[in-house]
Amino acid sequence: MTGLAAIGAGLAAIGAGLGIGLIGNKAMEGIARQPEALDGIRGTFILGAALVEGAALIGMILSFLMNS
Amino acid sequence: MNLYLFDPMSLIAPDLGLVFWTTLIFVLFWTLASKFAFKPIGEAIKKRSDSIADALSAAEKAKDEIKLLQNDNENLLKQAREERAAMLKDAKEAKEAIIAEAQAKAAKMKDEAIGEIEKQKVTAIADVRSKLSQEVSKMALEIAEKVLEKELDSTKDHQNLVNSLVDKFKLN
Amino acid sequence: MRQIVLVFLLFISANTFAQDTTVVNHASSHEVAVEKLDNIYGEVSHTESAEEESPVDVIMNHVADANIYHIATINGKHITFGLPCILWRNNKLSVFSSSRFHHEEVVDGFTLDHHTGKVVDAATGKRSSDLLSYFGATDSSKFIDFSITKNVFTMLLGVLLLTIAFSMVVRSYKRGANVAPKGFQALFEPIFLYIYEDVIKQNLGKKADKYAPYLLSLFFFILIINLIGLIPFFPGGANASGNISFTAVLAICTFLVITLNGNKHYWHHIFAMPGVPKWVLIILTPVEIAGMFVKPFALAMRLFGNITSGHVVILSLVSLIFILGKNGESLGGAFAGSAMAVPFVLFMSALELLVAFLQAYIFTLLSAIFISSAVAEDEHH
Repeated sequence: MTGLAAIGAGLAAIGAGLGIGLIGNKAMEGIARQPEALDGIRGTFILGAALVEGAALIGMILSFLMNS
Repeated sequence: MNLYLFDPMSLIAPDLGLVFWTTLIFVLFWTLASKFAFKPIGEAIKKRSDSIADALSAAEKAKDEIKLLQNDNENLLKQAREERAAMLKDAKEAKEAIIAEAQAKAAKMKDEAIGEIEKQKVTAIADVRSKLSQEVSKMALEIAEKVLEKELDSTKDHQNLVNSLVDKFKLN
Repeated sequence: MRQIVLVFLLFISANTFAQDTTVVNHASSHEVAVEKLDNIYGEVSHTESAEEESPVDVIMNHVADANIYHIATINGKHITFGLPCILWRNNKLSVFSSSRFHHEEVVDGFTLDHHTGKVVDAATGKRSSDLLSYFGATDSSKFIDFSITKNVFTMLLGVLLLTIAFSMVVRSYKRGANVAPKGFQALFEPIFLYIYEDVIKQNLGKKADKYAPYLLSLFFFILIINLIGLIPFFPGGANASGNISFTAVLAICTFLVITLNGNKHYWHHIFAMPGVPKWVLIILTPVEIAGMFVKPFALAMRLFGNITSGHVVILSLVSLIFILGKNGESLGGAFAGSAMAVPFVLFMSALELLVAFLQAYIFTLLSAIFISSAVAEDEHH
């Protein structure tokens, strides 16, 4: 049970990592294309990353629960 | 079976006491901080940024004024320069006019003087001529008189007299 | 949508597991109640105890709340900071210092679980003081723990530090409005202005001044507690901002601010999304209503997860020293563990410093965005 929960948390982390990676990729592209839009892109990037991260964290919390 | 001694639920389940304390502390902090910290700080920052903006606009204004003054100065300078040039030109003209006048006057005076001299010469010559002719006629008369007187005495004497008179005139 | 499913899953599982956890904890805490609390940094190994405390327990007990503030263990002697215990059971209030548990095992029918560092009911050996088990409990384990715990202590300390800091800053602002900021004011002002201009004003526009005090207090409160949590020794080290109660309260505050200030457009969008056919509304309205709760829930979980995982990672790396050193038996292993752990802990601590700022910023930013979506005048209709 513990092992499965850990695997689940890891999978959630993979998903979030991919998501944040994609966001970062596009944000970098955007900044490279339009450096003057840096401020807006940074805010949106952090916001998007935070939202994606939420999924991974919920996975982590579920793994805490499954741990018992 | 439980592998660990810790209680995972304690991580997930909100503890009522902690919820109470967090609420109390946060709400207190919120009210007090917004009243005694954020309000005065925000006002101070706003005041400062306003005063900086004011100072900037005043500086901008002053700069404009200086520019205006500079323009004025330049204009004045230009005007003064023009005036000076005009005055110089006038002076030069006046000088030239005066010189020309003086020259003309001098030339006139010279001419007049020459004319006068000429006239004087002419009159003098004429005078001398008329005096001389008078004298000559007087002398001729005198000679004629004497001759006539002598003729009465002797011819010989006449002859001598005439000769002597003629010599006299010749000497003159 | 996925988030909603996860939320339901979480609640269902939380209720299911609540029962056996407390029972298991009951059994284990009885056995170890007399044992002294193991210190995460302590080199004293409990060879005499049958049940060895694993690094996982140490870490998990560290990131959880505790009624005693353990400072250090020197030669097997525990140095703790006596936090006041205020316990409410059956309309009776018991107030005593947690340092009494050093000499007395049972005070007012309560005892200290030396593993978790928490006060438990002496008769049953468990505590049903949390939101999920309190209302279902019928035995003497049903009590509310109003104690100044480690986390409450951290919060009080944080508010005290902020009070000192703010009073200094306010005084220096009052000294002269047109003086360039210097000293502590120069540190404070860029942060204040960044949050005010780039987070609050950008999202809320004209309504910024109404919500700025809330969002700024939120930011500074989270930030100071995150930072205190990063201090590895006594006044800090508590995982207060990584505690679900703490994050839940802040998220509920944001939820209340959103809900109480939501305008006509906000409610219109939730209950009758304009420009959508009637039959779609049957699906959409429940989703929107769930979204109202999911937003603050995600806020709470994000802060909790980030800060807790930061503490867990740092403590895991520190534990490497004790795992490889076999709790003081292998000096070489301890050296190898230290050589590995120290650079990583340094790196992670630096990263956590960033995370401390980032999470406070994100909580504030998301709150500002949620509030602005609720109070914004509708422009595109």
